[in-house]
Amino acid sequence: MRLLEHLPALIVAVPMIAAPICALLLRTRVSYWFAIGVAWVTFAMSLVLMDRVLSEGVIVYALGGWAPPWGIVYVVDPLSAMMLVLVSGMAAIIMPGTLLGIGSEVVRRAKRFFFAVVLLVLTGMLGIVITGDAFNLYVFLEIASLASYALVAMGSDRRSLPAALNYLIQGTIGATFILIGIGLIYMVTGTLNMADMAGRLQGLEDSRPLQAALAFILVGAAIKFALFPVHAWLPNAYTHAPSMVSAFFGATATKLGAYILIRFIYSVFGDDFAFGHMAIAWVLIPAGIAGAFMGSLVAIWQNDLKRMLAYSSIAQVGYIALGIGLDNQDGLIGAIVHIFNHGLMKGALFMVMAAVILRLGGATMAEFRGLGRRMPLTMACFVVAGLSLIGVPLTVGFISKWYLVLGAIEAGLWPIAVLVVASSLLAIVYMWRVIEVAYFETATDTHAIREAPLQLLLPTAALALLCVLLGISTEFTVEIASRAVVFLDVGL
Amino acid sequence: MSALGSNGGFMLLAVAIPLFGAIAIVLLRRWPNVREAATLITGVALFVDVALIACALQSGPVSRLVLAEPIVGLPLELAVEPLGMLFALVASGLWIVTSIYAIGYMRAHHEMNQTRFYAFFAIAIAATMGIALAGNLLTLFVFYEALTLSTFPLVTHSGTSEAKRAGRTYLGILLGTSIGLFLVAIVGTYAFAGTLEFRSGGILDGKVTGGVAGLLLALYAFGIGKAAVMPFHRWLPAAMVAPTPVSALLHAVAVVKAGVFSLLKIVTYIFGFDLVSGLDATVALQIAAAFTVIAASLIAITQDDLKARLAYSTVSQLSYIVLAALIADPAGFLGGGLHIATHAFGKITLFFCAGAILVATHKTRVSELDGLGRAMPWTMAAFLIGSLSIIGLPPFAGLWSKFYLIEGAWFGGNAWLVAIFAVSTLLNIFYLLPIPFRAFFRPAGGHAAGPVARREVPLTCLVAIGITSLGCLALFLFPDPILDLLSRGGAP
Amino acid sequence: MMELYEFVIGHAIQWGAVALLVIGLYIMMTRHNLIKKVVGLNIFQTAVFLVYIQMSYVTGATAPIAKAGQTLYSNPLPHVLILTAIVVSVSVSSLALALIVRIRESYGSIEEDEIVDLDAPKTDAVA
Repeated sequence: MRLLEHLPALIVAVPMIAAPICALLLRTRVSYWFAIGVAWVTFAMSLVLMDRVLSEGVIVYALGGWAPPWGIVYVVDPLSAMMLVLVSGMAAIIMPGTLLGIGSEVVRRAKRFFFAVVLLVLTGMLGIVITGDAFNLYVFLEIASLASYALVAMGSDRRSLPAALNYLIQGTIGATFILIGIGLIYMVTGTLNMADMAGRLQGLEDSRPLQAALAFILVGAAIKFALFPVHAWLPNAYTHAPSMVSAFFGATATKLGAYILIRFIYSVFGDDFAFGHMAIAWVLIPAGIAGAFMGSLVAIWQNDLKRMLAYSSIAQVGYIALGIGLDNQDGLIGAIVHIFNHGLMKGALFMVMAAVILRLGGATMAEFRGLGRRMPLTMACFVVAGLSLIGVPLTVGFISKWYLVLGAIEAGLWPIAVLVVASSLLAIVYMWRVIEVAYFETATDTHAIREAPLQLLLPTAALALLCVLLGISTEFTVEIASRAVVFLDVGL
Repeated sequence: MSALGSNGGFMLLAVAIPLFGAIAIVLLRRWPNVREAATLITGVALFVDVALIACALQSGPVSRLVLAEPIVGLPLELAVEPLGMLFALVASGLWIVTSIYAIGYMRAHHEMNQTRFYAFFAIAIAATMGIALAGNLLTLFVFYEALTLSTFPLVTHSGTSEAKRAGRTYLGILLGTSIGLFLVAIVGTYAFAGTLEFRSGGILDGKVTGGVAGLLLALYAFGIGKAAVMPFHRWLPAAMVAPTPVSALLHAVAVVKAGVFSLLKIVTYIFGFDLVSGLDATVALQIAAAFTVIAASLIAITQDDLKARLAYSTVSQLSYIVLAALIADPAGFLGGGLHIATHAFGKITLFFCAGAILVATHKTRVSELDGLGRAMPWTMAAFLIGSLSIIGLPPFAGLWSKFYLIEGAWFGGNAWLVAIFAVSTLLNIFYLLPIPFRAFFRPAGGHAAGPVARREVPLTCLVAIGITSLGCLALFLFPDPILDLLSRGGAP
Repeated sequence: MMELYEFVIGHAIQWGAVALLVIGLYIMMTRHNLIKKVVGLNIFQTAVFLVYIQMSYVTGATAPIAKAGQTLYSNPLPHVLILTAIVVSVSVSSLALALIVRIRESYGSIEEDEIVDLDAPKTDAVA
C-alpha cells in the first residue's frame, strides 16, 4: 500500500522515466506498445487519484519528504484530478490509434522518437496540473511546450516547420511572461508554494508588483490558452501538425492555459483581488466573446478542415475564458466542464481528420465529398462530435453551454447569454457545411475507399460515444466541476 | 400503485415503439412489403399504447417517469397531462392514416430511398411523442431538437439542389431560433424559477418582474420557430419540397403542432394565465400573431403552387393557436387545444388531396386544376370538406375550435381579436374555396380538351383521404371527448 | 528632483530589464530573419533572468556560502531558479535552431517572408 501513497509523484515520474526508455527502444512498433502501456498505467493512476480525492478530499504530497513551503508539494484537488483524468485519459484513448493514424503524416526518421516525445508532453502536462509549486509549474510548462514544438515539427508537410517555430516563439513568450509573474509574486511574498503565496497575499491588494504579476500571468496564460487576440500560433500549428498530434493538443494543450489561469486566479490571487481590484472580467469576457465570434466566423470560410477545426478551437477557448470571466459558480462550472467536454469532441473530430487523411491523403472539403457513404462509421462519429460542438441537447456540448448561459444570466448579462448562443449558431454553419458535402454530394473519384482501420475507428467511436453518454449522465463531469468550484471558492 | 408503474411504462413505450419501428424498418429494407407492414404494425401498436395512457389518465393518478438526469435537479422525464395527451392521440392516430397513404403515394410516385424515408419518419414520430409527453421544459426542448434533426432528411429527401437549399432554410431557422432564443428563454426561466417543471398555475408567477417575464415570453413566442410566427415562418413553405406524406403529417400536424403545443403548454404551465394576461408584452405579441394570421392569409391568396398555398394557410392557422395561448384564459386554452386537433384533420386532408393530385396528374399549380373535379371526384370532394372545416363552416370540426377561440377572445376582453378572426375567416374562403370551385365548375383547359378519363389515385391513398375527411365530420358531431379531456387541464 | 533621480537611477536594474524585454519583443515582432528572431527571444529571456537575480540582492551581503563571522547572505533561491530557467532557455534556443536548420533544408531560406511566399502558390495549387 505504500505505493499508493506515492501515487501523486508516480503519475508524473512514470511517464518521465518512460520517455527516455521509449526513445532507446529503437523499433517504432515496440515503442508504440510501450507508450500505450505507459499511457494506460497513467490513466489508471489518475482514476485512482480521482477516486481518492472524491472520497477523502484534497491530497497533499510533499516531494522527497520536504515539508512545504520549503519543499515542492504536489496537490491533487478536484480540479487537478479532473485535469489529470482528461490529459491521461485522452492520451490513453488516442495512443492506440497513433501508429496508423500518423501514417504518412510524420517524417519517417522521426517516427522512432515520436512516442518518446508524446510521453514527454504527457509528463509536462500532468506535472503542470498536479504541482502546487509555482516555479515547478513553469518548469513542467516548458517540458510540455518544448516537446509539443517538437511534435508539431515532426509533420511531413514542410509547412509544419515554420508553424512549429512560430509556436515555439510565441509559446516561449507566453511561458516567460508566466515566469515573470511568478517572480514578481515571489518578490512580494518570498515563497513559491501556491497555498503559501495565497496566504501571504492577503491585504497586499495595492502592491504594484502584485498587480503587474497578475497582468503578466494573465497574458502569459492567455497565449498558452490561444485566447483571442493572442491566438496566432494555433491555426498553423494545428493545421500542419500530424492529425493525431492535433487530436491530442486540441483536447489538452490549450486547456492547460485555462487551468493555469483558473489556478492562479482562484488559488493564488483570490477572486477578490483578480475580479474586484483588477477587474479582469473586463479582459476575459470581451476577449472570450470576440474569440468565439472571430473563431467561428473564420472557421466558416476554411477549405482545409483541420484549419477549420483549429479556428473552432479558438472559438471554444473563448467560451472557457468567458466562463472564467463571469466569476460566478455556474459560469466557472461551465468553463471547467467545457474544458473537459471540448476535449472529448475535438479529440474525436481531429481523429476523424486523421482517418480521412490516412485513406484519402487530405482533409479538405473535396475529400469529404460523398464521405457519408464511403466511410459511414467515421462520418457518424464526425456528426455526433459535430452536433456536440454545436451544443445540441443530449450531447456534452449542451451541458457546457447550459451552464455558461446560466452563469451569464445569473451575472445579469443577458446580452452575453444571447451572444453565447448566437455564436454557437455559427458552429451550425461550419459543421453543417461539412455534413452536407459528406452526405449530399457524391465523390468525384471512383477509388474504392475502405473504412478507417479499427485501431483508429475504435478510439474515435469511444470519444464520440462519450460525447453522448456524458451529455446524458453528467454525474462525473458536472459533479466534479461543482466540487472543484466549491473548493476553489472557499478552499483557499 | 400498479397503475402508476404501468402508466410510466406506457409512456416510455410511446417513445420507444416508433424507435423500435425505425430499427425494424431498416432491418427489413430488402422486403418492401414486410417493411411497410412493420410501419403499419408500429403505428397501430403506438396508437394502442397512447390510447391506454389516455385510459389511465381518465381513471386516475398521473405518474412521472424519469429517464435520466443530465443536469442535477433537472431530469429528463415523461409525464402526461390532458393537452399533451390530446396531441399524442392526434399525432399517433394520424400516423397510421398517413402510413397507409404513404405506401400508395411513395410507390406510385416512384420515390427513391424509401427505407430511409420510413425510418426517419418513425424517428420523427418518436420525437413527437416525446414532446407530447415531456414532463418538463428541458425534456420538451430535447425532443423538440430531435424532431428538427430527424425531419431534416425527410425535407431533403429528393436530394436535388432545391431540396438542399430548402433544407438549409429549414434547419437554419428551426435550429437558429431554438438555440438562439428558445434555449436562452429556458435557461432564463431556470435561473429565475429554479425549476422547469410544468405546473398548474405556472412556476414563474411572483418570481420575476414584468419586464423579465415579457422578455421571456417574447423569447418563447419567437424562439419556438415551429410555431411559425412571422418573421420566422420561412421554413414552413420551404419544407414543402418534401414528399407529400411528410408535408401532410409533419408539416401540418406533428412539427408545426409541436410548436404551438409547446407555446400553449408554456403559457399555461410555466407562466400561468394570470401572469401572461397582465403583461404589456402580451399585447405586443398578440399583435405580432394577429399580423401573421392576416399576412399569411394574404400571401396564401397569391400563391399558385398548391402546397405553398396550403403552407401559408398553415402559418396563418398556427397563429390562431398562438393567439389562443396569448389570450391566456381557460376558453382560449380550450380553443387552442381543440384547434390543434381540428386543424390537424382538416389540413392533413388537404395535403393528402394535393399529393393525390400530384401523383395522378403531376399537377402542382392551382391554375392547372380546372375541370379536375370530373377526373378525380372523390379527391376533390374531400378537398372541399377539408376546406370547409378549415374555414369553420358546419357540419365540420373547424367550427368548434373557432367558436371557442372567439368566445375566449370576446370574454377575455380582446374584442379586436374577434375582428381578426372574422377577417381571417373571410380570407380563408378566398384562398381555399376557389380550388374546389375551379375543379368542379370550370371546364378543363384547352390543351387537355376531350373526354375526361377518371384518374383516381391508388386505393390506399383514397382510403386515407376518406378517413381524415370523415374525421372532420366526426369531430363536429362528437367534440365532447376532446373537450372533456381539455377541460381537465389548463386552469389551476 | 530627488524623487525623479531615485525613480530613474535607483531602479536602474529594473529599467535595464524592461529595456531588454522590450528590445527582445521588438526584434521578434519586426525581424523576418529567423535567426534574428531567436536572438530576440534570447534577449527577451535574459531580461527575466535580470528580474530574478536583482531581487536576491541584499545590501552588504555576500555570496550564500557559509563563512565564519558572516551573517548576511544574499538570497540563494532566485539564483537556483534562474539556473533552471537558463537551462530551459538553452534548450529552447537549441530546439529553435534545429528547426531553423530543417527549415533551411526544405525551403532553402531562413527569411520568414520568403518562406511564406514559397508556400503560397503551393496552397493555391492544392485548393
